[in-house]
Amino acid sequence: MHVVYPVVVSALLFSIGVYGLLARRNAILVLMSVELMLNAVNLNLVAFDVWLRDRLHGGQVLTLFVIVIAAAEVGLGLAIVLAVFRTRQTIDVDRLRALAERDPATGVAERDPATGVAERVPSGDDDGEGRS
Amino acid sequence: MTSQAPGLWPPSGPEVVFLLLGVVALISALLVVTTRQLVHAALWLVLCFGALAGSYLVLTAEFVAWVQVLIYVGAIVVLLLFGIMLTRAPIGRSADLDSGNRWAAAAVAVATAAVLVTVVTTGFRTAYAPLDPGQGAAKPLGSSIFRTWVLPFEALSVLLLAALIGAIVLSRTDIKGRR
Repeated sequence: MHVVYPVVVSALLFSIGVYGLLARRNAILVLMSVELMLNAVNLNLVAFDVWLRDRLHGGQVLTLFVIVIAAAEVGLGLAIVLAVFRTRQTIDVDRLRALAERDPATGVAERDPATGVAERVPSGDDDGEGRS
Repeated sequence: MTSQAPGLWPPSGPEVVFLLLGVVALISALLVVTTRQLVHAALWLVLCFGALAGSYLVLTAEFVAWVQVLIYVGAIVVLLLFGIMLTRAPIGRSADLDSGNRWAAAAVAVATAAVLVTVVTTGFRTAYAPLDPGQGAAKPLGSSIFRTWVLPFEALSVLLLAALIGAIVLSRTDIKGRR
């Protein structure tokens, strides 16, 4: 097996994960893209373990560890997503603007008028965030 | 390892199988990030992880392949489907799954792919890994986990416990902070 094949497949899979991470709005789809990127790393680890013939199987053991960490990450991520959904009624990452830069006088988030983001934000979205 | 490597073309039998599985994984991953239906994204994710498990099998990493099937396909995708249901996501086709910076994201992804593929193809063009089965079976992998890597293994179990407790605390509503 040439090492180029798994490594190229994993590089492409990682880029697809990068695209999904940046382009998706639903937080669960963002988590799925993170899983794709982790799987690309796993494929790399297995391929290099097979290539280097590690006597201690460091690559495959680290792959198992990454799988376990991915499970923990998805569990915590979904708990956070559900908590956000309970308080905001949305998991759209474009609308979660509680950490955005605010005008201190009015307490209103500064929004770029060119992109028209402000029109998509419902009025009840800023409840309880105005205190500083 | 790099000596007497056969040429890159034509690919051998295992390489053909690996490339087919890789194409399946890449196409289903592309569908995960582009489909307009949330549930379908989770189901394409199953296909992608299954194809990757097949690739691990071709690379003689049997135990990792079965763990991939058990944990990723069995647990993580089910967890993601639960998340989709609990957030009352629209089941049918929905138009607003992609954000406005889609083209910037595509540009970043294409740039990442170009850089990574260029680097790895120049770096590993002559690298050749002969496959001999049995290297990644449960017995050698288990003995190396429980001999050499036992301390990280135990630390990982503590991490998993902490993540479990954290998820419970985050998702319960009747636990209030002090004050």
